[in-house]
Amino acid sequence: MSSRDAILQRLRNRSGGELAIPDCDFSVLQRPSSSVAERVDQFQKTIESVHGEVHRCTSENWITQLADLLSSRGARNLLVPAAHQIGRTLRDADSNELPELLIYDEPIHSWQAQLFNEVDASITSTRGGIAETGSLIMWPTPDEPRLMSLVPPIHIAVLEASELYSTFHEAMQDQNWAAGMPTNALLVSGPSKTADIEQTLAYGVHGPKELIVLVIE
Amino acid sequence: MADPIKVYPPKPSHVYFYATCLIDMFYPDAGMAGIQLLEREGVKVIFPEDQTCCGQPAYTSGYHDEARAVAKAQLDLFPEDWPIVVPSGSCGGMMRKHYPSLFKHTDQEDKASGIAARTWELTDFLLNVCHIHLKDLGEPTTVAMHTSCSARREMGVAEVGPRLLGQLQNVNLVEQVRAEECCGFGGTFAVRHPEISGAMVSEKVDALTDTGAGAFVTTDCGCLMNISGCAEKNRKPLEGQHILSFLWDRTHSGSGRES
Amino acid sequence: MNQATQDPHHIDVKEFHPRARAAISDPKIRQNFRKAMDGLITKRKDAFEGMDLEALRELGANIRLRALANLPDLLEQLEKKLSENGIKVHWATDGDEACRIVRNICVARNAKTVIKGKSMVSEEMELNHYLEERGITALESDLGEYIVQLAGETPSHIIMPAIHKNTGEISELMHQTTGTDLSNDVEYLTASARQQLREKFMNADVGVSGVNFAVAETGTLCLVENEGNGRMTTTVPPCHIAVTGIEKVVGNLEDVAPLLALLTRSATGQHITTYFNMISGPRKLEELDGPEEVHLVLVDNGRSSIYQDDELLDTLRCIRCGACMNHCPVYTRVGGHTYGTTYPGPIGKILMPHLIGLDEGRHLPTASSLCGACGEVCPVKIPIPDLLVRLRQESVDGDKLNPAKVRGHGAKRGSVEALVWKGWSWMHARPGVYRFGTALAARLRKLQPGQLGGWTEYRTAPKLAAKTLHERMKERGQ
Repeated sequence: MSSRDAILQRLRNRSGGELAIPDCDFSVLQRPSSSVAERVDQFQKTIESVHGEVHRCTSENWITQLADLLSSRGARNLLVPAAHQIGRTLRDADSNELPELLIYDEPIHSWQAQLFNEVDASITSTRGGIAETGSLIMWPTPDEPRLMSLVPPIHIAVLEASELYSTFHEAMQDQNWAAGMPTNALLVSGPSKTADIEQTLAYGVHGPKELIVLVIE
Repeated sequence: MADPIKVYPPKPSHVYFYATCLIDMFYPDAGMAGIQLLEREGVKVIFPEDQTCCGQPAYTSGYHDEARAVAKAQLDLFPEDWPIVVPSGSCGGMMRKHYPSLFKHTDQEDKASGIAARTWELTDFLLNVCHIHLKDLGEPTTVAMHTSCSARREMGVAEVGPRLLGQLQNVNLVEQVRAEECCGFGGTFAVRHPEISGAMVSEKVDALTDTGAGAFVTTDCGCLMNISGCAEKNRKPLEGQHILSFLWDRTHSGSGRES
Repeated sequence: MNQATQDPHHIDVKEFHPRARAAISDPKIRQNFRKAMDGLITKRKDAFEGMDLEALRELGANIRLRALANLPDLLEQLEKKLSENGIKVHWATDGDEACRIVRNICVARNAKTVIKGKSMVSEEMELNHYLEERGITALESDLGEYIVQLAGETPSHIIMPAIHKNTGEISELMHQTTGTDLSNDVEYLTASARQQLREKFMNADVGVSGVNFAVAETGTLCLVENEGNGRMTTTVPPCHIAVTGIEKVVGNLEDVAPLLALLTRSATGQHITTYFNMISGPRKLEELDGPEEVHLVLVDNGRSSIYQDDELLDTLRCIRCGACMNHCPVYTRVGGHTYGTTYPGPIGKILMPHLIGLDEGRHLPTASSLCGACGEVCPVKIPIPDLLVRLRQESVDGDKLNPAKVRGHGAKRGSVEALVWKGWSWMHARPGVYRFGTALAARLRKLQPGQLGGWTEYRTAPKLAAKTLHERMKERGQ
């Protein structure tokens, strides 16, 4: 018998017999309804508590804010989505305030070393956020591949304030995730960090050292 | 774990007093104090003569047959439907939480469950069933308190001791650091793992000594024996007393401790 | 005996006492653990502030129980969904078989280097050791695991593997093994490790990770982490192998939300970790990164035995947060290595006897004062103290009504101890004998020995009262 069948058989022929199936009451996850402004405040407070940075912008001024943020950090380049509105708007802006714009349009193996060693910052969209935990929801796509939000030392995420949910549970229910998940989905809540050396926090251990969220209100 | 919801009975005319073997042999004063506090509240105390031990030492050591034999000898001691009060969270916990499973699928199952349901830790009973009001007759003093783990977690009475002490006008209750941490007694644990238990009790003595109170009270004689014994061995200025002795000493109209 | 320098693959679990003594007399170990645990206890408390923790724990427990009640069905559903998603599922009866599966995948890909994300199941399998012996390099990438690996040790905590070391010790270790400068600057040490490991990620042939929750409904593997090494491990190498225990499956995606909320708050007092990584398939044709191949190895290794018993089964609810060890007064004193087992602390004490047998693990269930702190903080309400008592019973075959079941049961039953309890029981089941004996002891109390073994090494002997309460009540006329 295969290990698979042997394991399943042992589980099915459990000597203790059938197990009772308890009820699961999810109502503890419900939160009182909140306004967008309240959710943005909560999101900002929570993500800032874990070293995330939040800038509240409008659809008119976010590029200026972004340019300031990048130049203050001396970023030489910015990896932007090829097709997404964010990338197009940035390229169309043709601003000399912005650093060189790069796109991720070929398979990783052909430019891995460059991505790991030469890209200073990246900007991606989000599928919303979670106020209670200060999290960004990201579903990487061919246009915004998985490593885009992970490898560069600075990751900038654009979050529409109207897409903030109270809780993770609410977000997945509302967006009906159970109907089908992408190959990779992420909640990102702050920059990469570790406390493995004597409980002392250090940022950027493997992923970005800085996470900057542009909240579009 | 503590009961999610505890339903206290109305104050009864009688209670059974289950003293525990440690009180019987080592701390009878604490037992007398408990009995006198109950009597002062107008409750008639019945002391079943044939009581010995709840069976816990064997139970927690894994010798369940032996524990069951001893526990079985306790089951017939409480024929009337009166509450059973126990001056110990540990032995109370054994009767309230573990008797039902110890006697599961035996002829004594119903009797054991019945006893479990009417077993109360004594300070909890005094506060929440008798609604005791204490009048402090003692000199101003400062004490720390150590609530036993079983009183805290099995019987859910962590708040009771401090509230009772809070009724005493001249008593200043100070909190030790890591108040929720075990003193290291754990019955046979103290003998099986003397180094670990010793490290735990030494730190507990330090925590209580560092309050500056010079004295502590506790709900359980196991902790009392452990902590006081360690303080004495290391000549630390720390006097321990069962909380019932402390409460009685300060509130009865004779002076000094009952002997 | 220095616990740190023992070969981690040849630790005798039974040698618990000498290791405990060594740890307790080592001020550095004591201090490192005390400081870390105090911090974690406070952080956990703060993280649940304002939440209905009891209702959330109830939900967490019920979700895990529901998943266990449906375990075989859910595993089959998981396998089906994962296969549809393009993830290959393997089944392993024990750690060795799981290691072979991982190795075979490596061999088929001609893989020589494996980079690892944190996985306690792979520790349980001793995967690194297995692969190294067969010429495949396995490198840990979680900073704590990396440090522990550099030191040639095993993790001393399931969440914080290097918690037994302080900054100075880590600096010294990294200096000696990787050539970084000696420094107490944690930022510098972390940045050095980042640099060293980035190279490794780029060149690794296979990434191996654990799994925190496997969702049957959608065929999704969930990983919880802060560093990003888990994302690197599961994204950069062309092949990703996830290994997990069969109990990690949950029914619905929805189940993950409360479990995650409980896990991170219980573990480190975080609202959430930096990354919650949900993997439902390998790289699609149109995607530009991610592994081409994804495998899941489902490991039994004793779990299906635990599953047979209604009470022991609760062990399988565990979501590996480590809160039980953070709050354990014994773990805090002796540290993780003293246990000599993959999983230390309270959860280790109730889980390991099943994995290694109660004969091997006979001391584990006794190393507890049954204070109940572990059960009180467990996010899925595992009654750990009750399970410890159950295993104590099993280890001495102490209950004829409920015969022992765990492999190696009865190994701790000694004839002297059994006789002592028999005598104790005989006396305490006979009230007349008890009264006579205790009254006699009170009379003879001056003869009581002043030395009582381990007890009096740390305390004075307890003092018998002049009269028992029984006698005093008799005098009172009751």
